[in-house]
Amino acid sequence: MTLLGIGVLVLGFLLRANPLLIVLAAALVTGLAAAWTPGTQPADVVHTAALTLASFGKAFNANRYVSVVWLVLAAVGMLERLGLQERARTWISGVKAATAGRLLMVYFVVRQVTSALGLTSLGGHAQMVRPLIAPMVEGAAEAQLGPLPDRARTLLRANCAAVDNIALFFGEDIFIAIASILLIKGFLEQSGIVVEPFALSIWAIPTALAALAIHLFRLARLDGTLQRKFGPPGPPR
Amino acid sequence: MIGLPHIYGVGGVFFAATSWFSGCDASNPRRFVSAAFWALLALSFLWGDHLGDLGNGALVLGLVLLASRGLGQGTRPTSTPEARRESAVRHGDKLFLVALVIPVTALAGTLIAKQTAWGARGIDPKQATLVSLVLGVLLALLVAQLWLRPRFLTPESDGPPRPQHFVPLREGRRLLDTVGWAAILPQMLASLGAVFLAAGVGTAVGRLFAQHLPLDSRFAAVAAYCLGMALFTALMGNAFAAFPVMTAAVGLPLVVHRFGGNPAVVCAIGMLSGFCGTLVTPMAANFNVVPANLLELPDRNSAINAVIRTQAPTALPLLLVNILLMRFLAFR
Repeated sequence: MTLLGIGVLVLGFLLRANPLLIVLAAALVTGLAAAWTPGTQPADVVHTAALTLASFGKAFNANRYVSVVWLVLAAVGMLERLGLQERARTWISGVKAATAGRLLMVYFVVRQVTSALGLTSLGGHAQMVRPLIAPMVEGAAEAQLGPLPDRARTLLRANCAAVDNIALFFGEDIFIAIASILLIKGFLEQSGIVVEPFALSIWAIPTALAALAIHLFRLARLDGTLQRKFGPPGPPR
Repeated sequence: MIGLPHIYGVGGVFFAATSWFSGCDASNPRRFVSAAFWALLALSFLWGDHLGDLGNGALVLGLVLLASRGLGQGTRPTSTPEARRESAVRHGDKLFLVALVIPVTALAGTLIAKQTAWGARGIDPKQATLVSLVLGVLLALLVAQLWLRPRFLTPESDGPPRPQHFVPLREGRRLLDTVGWAAILPQMLASLGAVFLAAGVGTAVGRLFAQHLPLDSRFAAVAAYCLGMALFTALMGNAFAAFPVMTAAVGLPLVVHRFGGNPAVVCAIGMLSGFCGTLVTPMAANFNVVPANLLELPDRNSAINAVIRTQAPTALPLLLVNILLMRFLAFR
């Protein structure tokens, strides 16, 4: 019965309901299902729903730190107003060797290596991708292909976001003091198994290398795709 | 010592300003719904500790109901491309340096708070990264103000230009407006994890796996664990929520205890299999939905947006690689 909450998640997903609504509904259903016994009175149901709502509210209040990061938008927004994106675009169009694909490959490696050293806050969609990486990548593509159609812009921007995510996910676990490594260590200790964080982080390396290989291979083909789809007609260079 | 309470105060002020400026934005047809949403979030940040558990629950209910009605979005630009280009030429590379103040402060503050005794007196070491990040934002704003001495004017659409105040709050509001309700989805999912834990969802999933799947070979057990991590992560939007559930259900009892897999290898690669699930789910809002909103992708409201479509061709082969890696590295 306690699995009904997961069913609500799946159903909400399929119905494309608002995710916030799905999450709250899943929590309420889980709380009600856990307390349900044959012969439950309507008054008990209301009481249990209130209890579940209260425990959700308590957790929401305790987890406020998750939403603090949005403060970054105040600084990023002001820098955008001051022309940061325009400056990034001009600067990169002056670098002749820069192409969209190469830039993304460089950012992937830098992001993965810095994440592996624990410097995860150096990147991020609000701090880095929107104000700097996306304008640079678009600027480089414009310098090569001329004005970009909207479809090309979407393709490039989605690739910027993807590079930031993938490089972060498969870099950060190599650092021994990252949250996920500490979570694994704590979990195993509760189960009576003691492991060193170093032993965990070293086994993140093979997957990190595989992610690097797979994604760089895809990025290496990006410039060709751009040229073929959005480049000027005529024989490819 | 600066810790979470101070940070929540700063956050509350920012969300309150977002509410005020959203309410004033006549270009958003649903501006009062939007203003009410951000006002509730500001209330949570400023006075959440005094509302009581049920009060906070009611606040969440309010947030969810407002969000599901749709917050709308302002369309009026706060500056023109010409003005920004002009400003970019005037300030040049100084803009990059100001932008770097945020990550450098976040990094330096974290290191100082964790490594030195005097740093730990100034910044709560348990929350070092968050506190330092917020300090970095405030420092960047201060540096920009003192060094660049910007002069902001009201947009021309508002009549003759006048000096404009509170520009960081106005511009932050503009960006937060593009993020919309997705801003609180990660916090909601973390809270759902707490409810699931209290109700014993993890043990129930474990029983389901143990009873209904014929996991009688190393490969089958490894594959079930890795795929389960990816699937459950996709549903919960978060590998951290899926990890304790799936590892207690399949990872430890089968892969480690029955077949003798090395627990460090199994858990490390199991977590990374979960990350493959994070790459393909709209529930992982901060990674997949927020950037689509921030980068204003045309399909940002559809479940499988361009970010997820771009990530899937890396995530799926990588999940397969993880299964093979675990199969061959964990049993040596």
